[in-house]
Amino acid sequence: MDRDLIREREARCLAEQPPACTATCPVHVDARGMIDHLRRGDFDGALASFVRSVPFPRTLARVCDRPCEHACRRAEAGETVAIGELERACVAHGKPPASRRAGRAVVKDRRVAVVGGGLSGLTATCDLAFKGFGVVLFEAGPRLGGRLLELSEAQLPAQALEADLEQLTTLGVELRLSSPVQSALALTDEFDAVIAATGASTGCLDGLELTGDGQLRLDPLTGATSHPKVFGAPPCASPIFAVHLGRRAASSIDRLFQKASLTFGREQEGPFKTRLFTRTAGLTPAPQVPVPSSGYARDEAVAEATRCIACSCRECLDACPFLAHHGSYPKRYIREIYNNDCIVLGQHKANRLANTCALCGLCAEVCPEKLGMAETCREARESMVAKGKMPPSTHEFALRDLEFSQGPDFALARNAPGTTHSEVVFFPGCHLSASSPEQVEKVYALLRQQLGPVGLHLGCCGAPAQWAGRKDLAASTLAAAKATWAGLGARRVITACPSCTLAFRTGCPELEVDSLWTVLAGLELPAGPQLAEPLAIHDPCSARHDRPSQDAARALLERRGVTIVEPAYTREKTTCCSFGGLMSFANPAVAEKLVRQRLAERDADYVTYCAMCRDNFAARGKPTLHLLDVLFGEAGARARKPPGFSQRRRARQALKARLLAGLWASPLPQGATPMDLSIDDTVAAQLEQRLILQEEVEAAIAAAEHTGEKLIKRSNGHFIASYRPAKVTYWVEYSPRGAGFTVHAVWSHRMELSGGTAP
Amino acid sequence: MIPSPPEELECARCRKLLVPATVTVKYLGNEFPVELLRCPGCGRVHVPEALAMGKMLQVEELLEDK
Repeated sequence: MDRDLIREREARCLAEQPPACTATCPVHVDARGMIDHLRRGDFDGALASFVRSVPFPRTLARVCDRPCEHACRRAEAGETVAIGELERACVAHGKPPASRRAGRAVVKDRRVAVVGGGLSGLTATCDLAFKGFGVVLFEAGPRLGGRLLELSEAQLPAQALEADLEQLTTLGVELRLSSPVQSALALTDEFDAVIAATGASTGCLDGLELTGDGQLRLDPLTGATSHPKVFGAPPCASPIFAVHLGRRAASSIDRLFQKASLTFGREQEGPFKTRLFTRTAGLTPAPQVPVPSSGYARDEAVAEATRCIACSCRECLDACPFLAHHGSYPKRYIREIYNNDCIVLGQHKANRLANTCALCGLCAEVCPEKLGMAETCREARESMVAKGKMPPSTHEFALRDLEFSQGPDFALARNAPGTTHSEVVFFPGCHLSASSPEQVEKVYALLRQQLGPVGLHLGCCGAPAQWAGRKDLAASTLAAAKATWAGLGARRVITACPSCTLAFRTGCPELEVDSLWTVLAGLELPAGPQLAEPLAIHDPCSARHDRPSQDAARALLERRGVTIVEPAYTREKTTCCSFGGLMSFANPAVAEKLVRQRLAERDADYVTYCAMCRDNFAARGKPTLHLLDVLFGEAGARARKPPGFSQRRRARQALKARLLAGLWASPLPQGATPMDLSIDDTVAAQLEQRLILQEEVEAAIAAAEHTGEKLIKRSNGHFIASYRPAKVTYWVEYSPRGAGFTVHAVWSHRMELSGGTAP
Repeated sequence: MIPSPPEELECARCRKLLVPATVTVKYLGNEFPVELLRCPGCGRVHVPEALAMGKMLQVEELLEDK
């Protein structure tokens, strides 16, 4: 996998972008995190969260000019969240964390002079002292606080400021009050660095480069002056911005002392615009909890906190149960899958993650940045296959089915009866042939009747191989199809399965590939009853970008009088039925979630134009029609139980035999009579869930009966047979019943037994 | 809970009762000893359903991800 490509994808995921409140705050207070504590009534945790970003919590909770509230997305439904008041409530009701002490045990031997005891100077002082530097704070006046001292007791109680300033003592700052500095520049003789944070008074700036209006000229990113050891914080009306300016200068000095770049990676210091996407449409408006003059009581603060919508981008997570299931978000998933790919020795913990994705592309459709998981998951699978690390059990069963479709039991290519050349070929695909073989016959007859000689091609398009990461097999399957069409003389293929349509359009751009639905929309339909009822339409995920097929399906339904109900996720935003990407084989539990979420969208019965989607829905008890059911007047078929895996094979075999006998007068030789097996619903479900075919059960019993190699259960006299045709051992518990057998249980394992002569 | 008595299994060919034996199971180049019932005559082994679909399946999946 390509590391640069992976990084580019990771960077597009917005999940880790900060909410607007945090990005707008000059010191990036984690308001969302703080409010999350408050929502749970945890005022101590909330205050701790607030204090992480602000040096003087009691003061700033009172005096902050709250730019965060102007950015708050709650304002789009109701009013902005009263973040400032919530900060005040944290201070009022939370247990103050211990005073800050120097973070390092060893005091560093660098000394810094800070000139000016306003918010900027105080912030720089505390930040530098906390890092272990020796700091001397010069203040011209007798008290610290600068313009804070102009505020009334109601605006800022003197006791709040005093309590906040206590940390200067614990941090070991040397205070020089009533000590006007004559020249900041001159202090560089005695100190390793100097911060000029003198507000409006500019008397001490001689020798430093000034702007036209007599202010210190500062680098906007770093606060650097014309002298390498002097940094500045300009006068500033916003208290919270003043904190940021002091912090910026302190951070530059720390970088200077560490001989690090002054500028690298600082673009997002101070306010910036977040890229986070937050859905606010559909939010129930809620007004702010009124603020009493004494500030919020605990319960009022909790109530106000619950108004916060905790901005986060969940577009793909809400749309896809697979992405939500793993508890994280695409940026992390992509990294996990990439790291998984890089492991040489050890457990590949993200194999299942990469193999579960339906590769349906919905995430890319709903993502504000159009980031999808499919490419990464597909590349990971291809890489696993190339390295021999693809778990053998994941796709083997599905690929055996592909082999079956391409083999003598199903594969067939014929010119229209009585012709030797077919410009047009009908390719019904595996699923429709397995699920509704009679409809394949009806459609083929209709096409020949209205389009003239149309050839027939039964086989697989190779999509399952693509999904399994088997590029080689996908390519050879496609090449076989092309060779077949060339043999028939075909220039146009009509497909009845959206996955085949997509596979052929992508793989054979030189060929005209038409979906059956756009073709049928232009034909005369057989007479059939009108269906005056609402049906919820499910566009198959392979038809996501096939607008003409989507429109044709709707037009055909309308011709039968159907009122179409659109689900929330529809057309290019449609969902997968859980077969895509072979998800239901790789991770049946997540596949179940996917299909259930889709079915919960609408109450109406569903209609779709993919046989696999229909069967997946019907298997969960949702009455679902295939478009052909509607067109051929078989609307009663909506509760039809989908065929199991064995039945799907037999249906394809029988379809081929019927077509050959009926249209080309070449009946197949009679196959062996199938064994008379009695299989109840429990065992039938076991066969499906454990991916065991009835032919494997028959082979196990036949071998046991022929050789006598079987076990007898003394408790009930049942026989136990086992059979290992290739990589799987199948076990069957059975008993004779007339000329046949009753199957009581089936199971299997891949492990090989050795040390005995048995299986 | 009282554990159910072990299933009595007989080899249809040898007409002998299967007895516990240590058998080696192999998967993807890994080998493990497992206690299974085996015919003392022909060595035919029984893998019960619960073992195959439980522990054995788990180990198979674990090894497949190695």
